[in-house]
Amino acid sequence: MPAEPSIDTPRHLFEAYERLAAGPTRPIAGGTDVMVAITGELGPIPKRMLDLSRIEELRGISLEDGSLVLGARTTYTEIRRSALCREHLPALVEAAATIGAAQIQNRGTLGGNIANASPAGDTLPILLAADAVILVGGQRGEREVPADDFFISYRKTALAPDELILHVRFPLPRGRELRFRKVGTRRAQAISKVVMALAWEDFGSTGWTNVRVALGSVAATPIRAHATEAVLDGAHPTPEVADRAAETLAGELQPIDDVRSTADYRRMVSARILHRLLRDAGGW
Amino acid sequence: MPTRTLTPGGGVTERALVIDPGQRIPGRAAGFPLRREGPAKLTGVAKYTDDLVFPGAWYGITIRSTEARAKLIAIEPDPDVDWSKVVIATAADIPGDNIVASIKDDQPVLVPIGGEIRHHAEPVALLAAPDRETLRRLKGRIKLVTEPLRPVFDPEQSEHVFAHYDVKAGDLALGFAGADLIVEGTYRVGHQEQLYIENNAMIAVPGEDGGIIIHGSLQCPYYVHTALKRALRLTPVQARVIQEETGGGFGGKEEYPSMIALHASLLALKAKRPVRMIYDRHEDISATTKRHPAIVRHRTGVTKDGLLVAQDIEVVMDGGAYCTLTPVVLSRGVLHAGGPYRCPNVRLRGRATRTNTPPNGAFRGFGAPQTEFAAEMQLNRIAERLGMSPAELRRRNVYRLSDTTPTGQVLKESVAGEEVLEQALGASHFERIRERTAREASERRGAGIVPPDPLRSHDRRTANGIGLALAWHGAGFTGSGEVYLASVASVELTADGRLRVLTANTEMGQGTKTVFPQMVANELGVPVDWVEYAPQDTAEVLDSGPTVASRTVMVVGGLVILAARKLKAEVEARHAGVPFHEAFRDDARANGATRIDQQFEPYPGVEFDDATYTGDAYPAFGWAAAVASVEVDLDTAEVFVRDVIAVDDVGKVIHPILCEGQVEGGTLQAVGYATIEEMKLHDGKYLNDRLATYLIPTALDAPHIRAILVEAPFSGAPHGAKGVGELPMDVAAPAVVAAIHDATGVWIHELPATPERILAAMHEPGLIGVMERPS
Amino acid sequence: MSAYRFLVNGSPAQVDVPGMRRLLDVLREELGLTGTKEGCGEGECGACSVLLDGQVVDACLVPVCQVEGRIVRTVEGLSLAARERGDLDTLQEAFLDHGAAQCGICTPGMLMAARAYLDAGGGPDDGAIREAIAGNLCRCTGYTKIVDAIAAVATPLD
Repeated sequence: MPAEPSIDTPRHLFEAYERLAAGPTRPIAGGTDVMVAITGELGPIPKRMLDLSRIEELRGISLEDGSLVLGARTTYTEIRRSALCREHLPALVEAAATIGAAQIQNRGTLGGNIANASPAGDTLPILLAADAVILVGGQRGEREVPADDFFISYRKTALAPDELILHVRFPLPRGRELRFRKVGTRRAQAISKVVMALAWEDFGSTGWTNVRVALGSVAATPIRAHATEAVLDGAHPTPEVADRAAETLAGELQPIDDVRSTADYRRMVSARILHRLLRDAGGW
Repeated sequence: MPTRTLTPGGGVTERALVIDPGQRIPGRAAGFPLRREGPAKLTGVAKYTDDLVFPGAWYGITIRSTEARAKLIAIEPDPDVDWSKVVIATAADIPGDNIVASIKDDQPVLVPIGGEIRHHAEPVALLAAPDRETLRRLKGRIKLVTEPLRPVFDPEQSEHVFAHYDVKAGDLALGFAGADLIVEGTYRVGHQEQLYIENNAMIAVPGEDGGIIIHGSLQCPYYVHTALKRALRLTPVQARVIQEETGGGFGGKEEYPSMIALHASLLALKAKRPVRMIYDRHEDISATTKRHPAIVRHRTGVTKDGLLVAQDIEVVMDGGAYCTLTPVVLSRGVLHAGGPYRCPNVRLRGRATRTNTPPNGAFRGFGAPQTEFAAEMQLNRIAERLGMSPAELRRRNVYRLSDTTPTGQVLKESVAGEEVLEQALGASHFERIRERTAREASERRGAGIVPPDPLRSHDRRTANGIGLALAWHGAGFTGSGEVYLASVASVELTADGRLRVLTANTEMGQGTKTVFPQMVANELGVPVDWVEYAPQDTAEVLDSGPTVASRTVMVVGGLVILAARKLKAEVEARHAGVPFHEAFRDDARANGATRIDQQFEPYPGVEFDDATYTGDAYPAFGWAAAVASVEVDLDTAEVFVRDVIAVDDVGKVIHPILCEGQVEGGTLQAVGYATIEEMKLHDGKYLNDRLATYLIPTALDAPHIRAILVEAPFSGAPHGAKGVGELPMDVAAPAVVAAIHDATGVWIHELPATPERILAAMHEPGLIGVMERPS
Repeated sequence: MSAYRFLVNGSPAQVDVPGMRRLLDVLREELGLTGTKEGCGEGECGACSVLLDGQVVDACLVPVCQVEGRIVRTVEGLSLAARERGDLDTLQEAFLDHGAAQCGICTPGMLMAARAYLDAGGGPDDGAIREAIAGNLCRCTGYTKIVDAIAAVATPLD
């Protein structure tokens, strides 16, 4: 039986803020990461915990001013079933479908995936590629943090100890395309070896703009591959461009060997799946 | 759906059926008894060990080493902790021998002070407390003072040999001299975890007689019984072992439960109350036995017509830190190393050595999956060199009736290698699909796609492949094993008119509780639910041997049938002319109980010489073929095994649904072994010792498995059955790896064939030397 | 310690335990519902699957404070009506007929995942069934007979 720290279950955000301000407190939403950490005693056991499961302000999926806004407590199952997500952000729906299996998708939340900040977090490259903005809040007020600035170092984020993730805003620029690819050890219940999101806007003759290449499981945090983006920006997805982008990506990444895969494999496969996405986009 | 009546005992009123010998099983066979304990399992009523409640019971845990090799200087409980409310047990508390009884007396129950820690996660001390929170708090407060010693991790470098064998037939030099082609290859397989979904669990209850009653998840009650008597110095009556509902074993609960039962017992005796020793998954993977890793080297001579003329095979197995069952695992591995093929000149050498990793032990297949993977890889590579179909090469070499094996065993009957091969080829359309995949591969090559640039995708994203493998599996124990065991199984008509089967053979999912009553009911001519199956409790049943080696239905099932026949004859003799089913209740009223204890008698004509390692290594062999179809993602080398046709000759199908269940489950374990299951080690510690990191196939990863059962009966057993449990485990892995080769053009000579290895091989071909004889 | 109240298999339950206690432990130890099994304690094997407000979840990952006021269904409640007649429900019956339970330790969780799938209107499609039970590891069956059993129940009768 695992440790059982004390836990509060506030109904409203302001109550949650009060508790967070009172001292070190570990929030728990769907519990799919936190409960594993506590059960397996992976790291120190928190002294106090905060149950977010009753806070309705953290729920909901809506379209606001041209952005798709998802409450932090939105589960993967809700993402998969959401007509708005399917219409405006199908890549996120695809990513949600690759996480765990039904049991995890029913409980795990988008906010939890972000706060846990695993380098292998499956939705995180999509946040980076989609220029998502994370709204965080606490007693000191609310602030928006671009996803790009959120993941600071291994499992360390821009979230202060007294803050909660409230929602995630995905801007939906016209003409933007977003693709997702996950490579895992098996077809369900697998932590990724490589996860990739590729975004671009295409207005015809000028080539691709606002290209984003974001990856998970290849560095200490989810990352963007800026040099590769530079190769693709202003270009068309031709075979030559794809070759150059793949080579650049392979040169740019510095993955590691770990229990799930090898550095060589991750580097090679990242290049190949990018090449594949570009081939599909170019239609050659 | 057939109508039937559920009875309170969970049995089902239905006529037991047995299919005629040689008859194929046409799909779903209705009319066989349903799983006896099925309703209890399906409603949550079935009690597994951790489900049992013992008022006042404490919880026990094991304090384990954190080094691969060290001298234990001291065990130091933190002086700032009040230890008076808990119990600590060390080697000093062991009343008898500090030995977990097994083949060799090398494994201690707990490492003694001054003794040597030989592997990471080795048990050193035990701690029991009234609640788990206390245990969680205190377990880190017992310090082990040690002096590090230099560990050995490479089995080929180890100088400590647990066992070695050298089997010779014919003249190897002559054989190679007559070969047109000599092919060499080295193949490796890693650790595999049994991964029963129920973790190890054991509860020890102090008996009033100073003894111990064990309730546990285990395969072999009498193994535990023997271990208790030895280490706790108990009489046979003082040691009592009761198997509770067991959530899978696969060999993983063959020998290790003895250790856990001893630990729970030591704490229970000291705390004077029941102690629960329930492993969590992390502990179970970290500390308990795995399938032996192996390195297998082949040198094979063949004629240009594809006939094997010389096989020189060397097997090295990594035994881990203690002997456990290693000599027997190695023996089976060596005896199966040539594969199911005739070859006049053979040398099979094997040795198993000690390393400073957790001990390896029994796992479905027991040495054969390791060496038969290598044998099949070797054969496929020979076929490739000869430009011959892998099916044709097998057809030309597979054992036939009257052939002789390397131990000099003449295959006098029950030889079905050709049959399973042809069935698998036919059902899978092997040659037709192979032509198609070859065409697809040549189109890819024509487009300059394979081998691909390391950093590019190519215009086909996936490639299909098909692969074939053939295997044999010695039925029951190796050599004279059964003769030494002298198992006893019983059938009883009780004084109150009930019919009972009594054996020590356990149900762990495979169907013992269903098929034993079925077989007895069939003999006695009574409905199957009239026959009870006595609990696996050493106070109730005699030792009918362990539930291992696919021997339950074959060997013990045979005893049970013979016992039933004798009971029927005795009763009917007392009631001239009245059939048993009408007479037995009157008989019990008039004459009281009648119990037949049937002891194993050597199968006629089966002889093995342990000293020379010659003769009939097994009473008979089961034969299996598998054809696997895979789809490989050429970008990532991810392998999806789509279909497996698994054809298994089991001698006699007793219960088609349960039998198919064994084939399907064994096949998937082999697919996992082939593709994703891998223990990774660092300094002798398993790195992926959790379910998030040691992965087995999910339903989405599992292929569609079509089981085809073949019956080539073994005349020594009254029913003809040869066992089924292990057979499918031997054959699917090499079939999958052959299919990966068919799809990608690369041979992966080390299991598992991970995408990492496949991708590396695709860009560095020709890893295995092939040598042609100068002509 | 707090008192938590919820419905289990149609009956009200109240437990006085720490809020972070796992639903799995509450079911097994406070309520004596040992049909729900522990296989890994970290949401990988699905042996502890139960329905929480009709959704399948791993009971090892649910703190009991999150169950307050909600509806839990376990394997013991799968066939309440049928069991009063000493019988199995159609899904359990199909598992028994098809040989879908072997060692039985994954079976309760597997049944709950299948129940959630069927209750959500899932059909006999092989791929959809496999996805629905992908969070439930079975080491005995190779899944074939489990998928067959669920498909048999999901197939509409003409």
